[in-house]
Amino acid sequence: MCLGVPGRVVAVDGSVATVDFWGVKRAVRLDVVDEPVEPGDYILNHVGFAIRRIPPDDIEKTLALYDELLSVVAEDDLMAADVRGEIDAAEDKKRG
Amino acid sequence: MVEPRADNKLKFQEPKKARKMAQALARALGEIGRAPVSVMHVCGSHEQAIAKYGLRAVFPRALNVIMGPGCPVCVTDLPEVDEAVALAMQGVRISTYGDMLRVPGTAKSLADAQADGARIDVVYSVGQAVELARKSRDEHVFFASGFETTAVATAAVLLANPPANFSVLSAHKYIPPVMEIVAEMPDTRVEGFLAAGHAATITGWGIFERFVERHRLPVVVAGFEPLDIFAGLLKLVELIRDGRPEVANTYPRCVTREGNRRAQEVLWKVFQSTGGRWRGIAHVPNGNLRLRDHFAAFDARRRFKIDLAKLWDYAPPSLAQVCICGEIMAGTAAPTGCPLFGRECVPENPVGACMVSTEGTCRIWHQYGGHLNLGDSR
Ligand code: SF4
Repeated sequence: MCLGVPGRVVAVDGSVATVDFWGVKRAVRLDVVDEPVEPGDYILNHVGFAIRRIPPDDIEKTLALYDELLSVVAEDDLMAADVRGEIDAAEDKKRG
Repeated sequence: MVEPRADNKLKFQEPKKARKMAQALARALGEIGRAPVSVMHVCGSHEQAIAKYGLRAVFPRALNVIMGPGCPVCVTDLPEVDEAVALAMQGVRISTYGDMLRVPGTAKSLADAQADGARIDVVYSVGQAVELARKSRDEHVFFASGFETTAVATAAVLLANPPANFSVLSAHKYIPPVMEIVAEMPDTRVEGFLAAGHAATITGWGIFERFVERHRLPVVVAGFEPLDIFAGLLKLVELIRDGRPEVANTYPRCVTREGNRRAQEVLWKVFQSTGGRWRGIAHVPNGNLRLRDHFAAFDARRRFKIDLAKLWDYAPPSLAQVCICGEIMAGTAAPTGCPLFGRECVPENPVGACMVSTEGTCRIWHQYGGHLNLGDSR
């Protein structure tokens, strides 16, 4: 539950952004992120809220870590389960 | 002793670099010249990474890495679960994070209540809980758990005009105060702390400065990738070696000194810290986050008369008395020291909270195989 997950902002609509997580698009709320967020930026999602705009220099390293987390793992892997949960935490925009 | 599963061992990028860092760690420990040197991390994700990648097998023997109270689900106290169960039994709809479903209360868990007909929804985000309330006329209570990172999300929805039938039962906890408690425990030998990168994303690393001043113990903020953890431990051991109680940040790509000011504002506008029990650990002054008076209408504790007495018709599960989760989180025992571990207590049928949560030490050790690094080096 403490793992934030990075995603790429596709669109911003007021205080909600549409964010792409490995091809899955979700709505993420921008209520608590402390920097302006624009399409193309990467954010760290935590339970459906962006908690940080990832500095451009750090994006590659951050993404590589999650790529690896999501790829090597078995179905029952706890960290991968948490990452998937974090992605799911962003509400599907159609529902929201 | 349960050995780490071989297939998990060092299966990450740059294992060579990790070995080099392990050597540097061993060198720094050698310069300290006594063993063990005990450090504590307070983050479930750190323990997951350590167990998943089998890092304990690579850590020098002289280094004792203890998992502290870093799992929010595990430190949720029995009476907090009892309140949620009682509300559910009173017919209020409860939504909560998945891990909370099976956390045992004094009498029963939310999952038990669900089996008895209570209406309980698992959500990934407090935002979904609000949506459920919006679509319904029933009273909806979000049973909120988690540390400051998660509490920020709860606070944000309360500031964004939630529907009138929505309220929050807060079991949110605040990490910095519990570090004080652990540092002061007479039988802890913790010489330094590894702080959780993501919680510090919110609070900033500056928050640890006062702690360091008061307890003369170094704190290092670290990420949760294997190399991040090594880098954090190395820095921590160096600070111990040099007798320098300082805060260091080895996770600058996520954590700044000030943290996320806006998130802090949102958090403290809605919540105040009060004293309360953390399961198995102690009463922690300022360790609980509760809604401020201004939000009383959204505070399930003030909105409902929670009928706890009804619960006591059920006998408390007796095996739970054997559970040593508390000692594990205080760093004085390992899961393998529990007679129920892997026998009566398994993830499918947990006795204690530490076996429920994906961030609980017992669950993590059961999944990945733990390495008993407590006591064997003394
Ligand atoms: S194995 Fe189960 S009963 Fe034993 S300490 Fe862990 S959670 Fe508690």
